[in-house]
Amino acid sequence: MNVCGSCSGCQPVAAAPLPERPGRAHITAVVGPPNAGKSTLFNLLTGLRQKVANFPGVTVEQRVGKARLDGDREVLLVDLPGIYSLVPRSDDERVTRDVLAGKMKDIARPDSILLVLDSANLGRHLVLAAPILSLGIPTLVILNMADDLRGRGGEVDADALSKQLGAPVVLISAATGENVDAVRQYLASRPPVPIPVDLPVLHDAPKCHAWAATIGYRASYQAPGPPLWTRRLDAVFLHPVAGPIVFFAVVAGVFQAIFAGARPLAKGVQALVAASGGWLGTHLPDSPLRSLLTEGVWSGVGAVLVFLPQILLLFLFLGILEDSGYLARAAVIADRTMARVGLQGKSFIPLLSAYACAVPAVLATRTIENKRDRIATILIAPFMTCSARLPVYTLIIAAFLPERPLLGPLFGTQAAALLGLYALGFAAAFSTARLLKSSVLKSDRQPFVLEMPAYRRPTLRGLGWRLLDRSQVFLRRAGIVILPMAVVLWCLAHLPLREGHAPMIEHSLAGMAGRAVEPLIKPLGFDWRIGVGLISSLAAREVIVGTLGTLHGIEGDARSAGLQESLRRELSPGGAVALLVFFALAMQCISTITVVRKETGGWRWPALQFTYMGALAYCGAFVAYQLFTLILP
Amino acid sequence: MLQLIFNKQAVPSGRTPRSSPRSLGDLERGEHGILDRLELPEDAARRLMELGFVPGARVAAAHAAPGGDPRVFRIGGSEIALRRETSTRLYLRAGAAPDPSIPR
Repeated sequence: MNVCGSCSGCQPVAAAPLPERPGRAHITAVVGPPNAGKSTLFNLLTGLRQKVANFPGVTVEQRVGKARLDGDREVLLVDLPGIYSLVPRSDDERVTRDVLAGKMKDIARPDSILLVLDSANLGRHLVLAAPILSLGIPTLVILNMADDLRGRGGEVDADALSKQLGAPVVLISAATGENVDAVRQYLASRPPVPIPVDLPVLHDAPKCHAWAATIGYRASYQAPGPPLWTRRLDAVFLHPVAGPIVFFAVVAGVFQAIFAGARPLAKGVQALVAASGGWLGTHLPDSPLRSLLTEGVWSGVGAVLVFLPQILLLFLFLGILEDSGYLARAAVIADRTMARVGLQGKSFIPLLSAYACAVPAVLATRTIENKRDRIATILIAPFMTCSARLPVYTLIIAAFLPERPLLGPLFGTQAAALLGLYALGFAAAFSTARLLKSSVLKSDRQPFVLEMPAYRRPTLRGLGWRLLDRSQVFLRRAGIVILPMAVVLWCLAHLPLREGHAPMIEHSLAGMAGRAVEPLIKPLGFDWRIGVGLISSLAAREVIVGTLGTLHGIEGDARSAGLQESLRRELSPGGAVALLVFFALAMQCISTITVVRKETGGWRWPALQFTYMGALAYCGAFVAYQLFTLILP
Repeated sequence: MLQLIFNKQAVPSGRTPRSSPRSLGDLERGEHGILDRLELPEDAARRLMELGFVPGARVAAAHAAPGGDPRVFRIGGSEIALRRETSTRLYLRAGAAPDPSIPR
């Protein structure tokens, strides 16, 4: 078999250098169907020199990177969303079409295209070559996953295919790096415009498939045999009995890992932030500025950083699940259950992630192509019990519920209460989904279609990329919001100054705000101190623990006995239950609001979400308090 | 449900005789058929055709989620999961042999 089929396409033009065009870089679009290995190739070519941005006006993400070629020359690469055809049905596909047609603002029509196809699935992927080549933009057809093709006994004559398509064709493997130099060579050359060949009528899908079959036949394409390992693994993973068992084991494993595994790491980060904050405190002169830096800015940084280990672990596991191909099988298994509330299998994993943090969960919904399903998933994700709620739950449960064994020594009253709160969030999420999907987000008529990729061994490089990419997004989106918020909260708690000193907290702006909202929260059994805590928890839920500590002049810690003691004095048991219910249902997280705004492309959905969850939390807490004061006067 | 069980027992071979499958939804694991037409809204049909569900193509039923829905179908070199609500709208050619012009 011809391993380097590239040379036919590239050699005649490889000598011609790129035209020096001052002012505008040469733009190359990376295009291909989903699961063809587009992003792997993009990462390989650009390395760290890439950035993620949103296309103007749409929520679709674009990744732009610079590929360095020999002699310090650079080509700008744009990784476009995966497409099946140029007839757009989703935002993603519209973006790809508009960029290729030169209709997208802020980005010029690409000078050339890298069309990435899966060589092991060429029968179908080759169909996309027709609409792309008909654009008349210089195109390199890349047959990726050559290792997979060969490993399963398939083959293709790249030279012959090149003649059939009128464009250069290379056979590569982005995963192993095989023949990727041929792509670099192409980028460095002056790419030839495709030679017009007979293309099928683009809107006639059966004709396009027949065309692709014929072209493949003429290029002696031998489709690979069935992926044996995939068949073997599916016999287990999609087995009627073993399948669900593996599914629950995987879910439980991920769950356990992101909680148990992340705890020591989070403790380490916390200690590091506290130590550096303390160091900062001792090395700065005593002034309001020092207090702002250590208590405002530094604690804000800590509030974000403390979640990073857990989020990295979460993305590591999600990355392994996705890259290996198991995620698609999990979606199939979960689909029926999710369909009961109007959602679909792909919503499952984002909702699972939401148990760690809603921010990565919202980002993980990007795999859901159906826009309404995606928005519904985003809207219910913050109901899942995220880890920021845990310190609050721990504090209140420990303060009000004496620990007694219920089922053995490990499962006591406190664990039962915690489990109840998880169940409450879950129930709220699923009834909301049902409500949304039978009203504003009633499904359009797009069928549920899920491609099962062949199983692959996740590569370290691929996982590393994912972690880097996602943690950057998390830090940027969450950090940018939480920092100013922390400063604002600090100001509220320390102003107005009295004789150059910060006032007692009840006389501060925060205290006044707490007193102002007191009439509103009185029916829930909360006094002004809880009011201050609720206001401060708008930045992030767990902040209330620290605030309550400050209010009582005690170190704010969920395990602090002093704080528990003071809470017992000012909250009735009914009020405590109401507070728990409020935290289970309310959307007190600026980071999530920001991410939802970014991902849904406007304020409409986050505003609805915030109002709805707030109203639900208020009513839920009201009912809980009134009921409890009736039962336990 | 009872009725079904009763019927099953009444058949001596132990297997309910079935008329030839009419849609993809009637296929059981390991069975295959030739796709005849897609009775779906144009948009949905187009998406499925892009994935290879074109009239004349050979489709085989593979594994399914517990309960049989959704089910994975093999078409061309791909494996694609469809819900029952979709697969029952993809009708099969009655008793026809694979179309030789469409390579598998």
